[in-house]
Amino acid sequence: MQIDPKVLKADEQAAYALRSLYRRFGYCQYNMSKFEEYSLYARNKDFLVSDAIISFTDTHGRLMALKPDVTLSIINNSKDAPGHVHKMYYDENVYRLPKGAHSFKEIKQTGLECIGDITALEVGEVIMLAHRSLESISPDYIFEISHVGLLDALLAESVLSHSAQKKVLSCIISKNSDELEFICSEERISGQARDKLGVFFRNYASFDDAVSAFSKVCTSEEAVHMLGEFRQALDFITAMGFAGKTRINFSLTNNMNYYSGIAFRGYIQGIPSGILSGGQYDNLMKRMGRKSRAIGFAVYLDALKRLDNDDKEYDVDVILLAGDDVAAAVKAAETLSFDNTSVRICSEIPQGVRCRQILSIAGKGAEK
Amino acid sequence: MEMIDIALPKGRLGEKVYDMFEAAGFECPSIREENRKLIFENENLGLRFFWVKPSDVAIYVERGAADIGVAGKDILLEYVPDVYELLDLNIGKCRMAVAAKKDFRDNSDAPLRVATKFSRIAEEFYAKKCREIDIIHLNGSIEIAPILGLSDVIVDIVETGKTLYENNLEPVETIVPISARLISNKASYQFKNETIEKIKAGLAGQVRNMKND
Repeated sequence: MQIDPKVLKADEQAAYALRSLYRRFGYCQYNMSKFEEYSLYARNKDFLVSDAIISFTDTHGRLMALKPDVTLSIINNSKDAPGHVHKMYYDENVYRLPKGAHSFKEIKQTGLECIGDITALEVGEVIMLAHRSLESISPDYIFEISHVGLLDALLAESVLSHSAQKKVLSCIISKNSDELEFICSEERISGQARDKLGVFFRNYASFDDAVSAFSKVCTSEEAVHMLGEFRQALDFITAMGFAGKTRINFSLTNNMNYYSGIAFRGYIQGIPSGILSGGQYDNLMKRMGRKSRAIGFAVYLDALKRLDNDDKEYDVDVILLAGDDVAAAVKAAETLSFDNTSVRICSEIPQGVRCRQILSIAGKGAEK
Repeated sequence: MEMIDIALPKGRLGEKVYDMFEAAGFECPSIREENRKLIFENENLGLRFFWVKPSDVAIYVERGAADIGVAGKDILLEYVPDVYELLDLNIGKCRMAVAAKKDFRDNSDAPLRVATKFSRIAEEFYAKKCREIDIIHLNGSIEIAPILGLSDVIVDIVETGKTLYENNLEPVETIVPISARLISNKASYQFKNETIEKIKAGLAGQVRNMKND
């Protein structure tokens, strides 16, 4: 069977390309069951992109959920296996309530998860696959990276109260440095501590600049260790030639209750929101009673539908008006269609259909 | 040249905001012409301004129809759009406040009836105080709700307090100060970073000048 790539929409093309990419690197497909116990998702609602879940009671009286998230399902079905790493990819529809909407939406999502004894090797491979995933969708992409563990360690170093930390974090997420000034004066945060927090708001010209700025403010053992991890990831990105496409952005924090190491997000030119999101989520593994570590990402394929919006000039290349000889008309249409011309056979010119050419069949073949 | 799309709030605040853009060197002379057009371009500078309803600016920016825009802090707190809040423009200053009839006493043995356009802000404010409330969402003329007995208090924007006093109400508590903010779409911030940062710096200069005046 031959597939004409022209008939595939952007999300379908991406789904095929990504599936092929992940298989090439030894990832096995994970097939999620349609319904899983609601309690799994209820316990980890904060992790879900939207906390509304389609649920129902099954014939055994159990409360079930209709696929709100794939990562939680993968972790739930994984087992700790010391010394091993499970590599899985998925291509699933999930059901979520988009922000501000009143009805659920089916969202096509693909992605991968790496679970087990995660080392710099797996972190590097996942970063590479995230870049390649974006690149396969469009060469005009940007990859943002931050390190949740480093952010967490520096906030802990700042000796701010829990409520002040929450406020500061919200400023970091929205890049709101004016609000940070206000909070610092309200919470009587010292100038030195304020300057330390400034590292999260800066735009860095190079990775070296960022590492140098962060090394000046990291004093605790934990923060220094986390910076070392972050630096390792940045060195890998440089070595792979991805630096030009990568931006350090600490407003990207994901959920700090679940994420622990690097966090990243990918953008494609022409789409106003991130289409790829992921990171290292060891904290979630711990919360779910696992000793293993984990890293992965999701690609939101439904967002790619925006790339198909270009207005077509014609609905069909040819309208072929058939005569009495049905076989001749169908054969002529088939012949025309072999060179990828789209043909619509009809007995009269249809209303409202735009075409390049109208041909009529008069016995032996198509005529203008 | 790549264009930067800028959503401005229609009305007096929008005009002040445009003055700041112009003074910072990001001008679009056609916007000053008397007509009913809503979109204005300066091709040389790669700028396209458009006027939208103030409460819609954040939606235009979040959805990428505008790269940047100017929205009130009230809108950002109420709708929590997924955007970056880059700069406090220090104009359109007012406050979100609780107001009530002058003789109002909070009867804590019943839920407090709160009339407001800003349900989320009101809910969060009272949740922090552990006060049970009954939200009455209204779309306008909030001030008459306590007068007609529809609510005990209102949560609304207070600029001078004149409307409140004229309706026999008074501000009871300030929830949060409000001003106009420069916001950016998250993808645009990455793809058009240099221009957006230049605009932010230009406007920050204007804010400093105004503070010094």
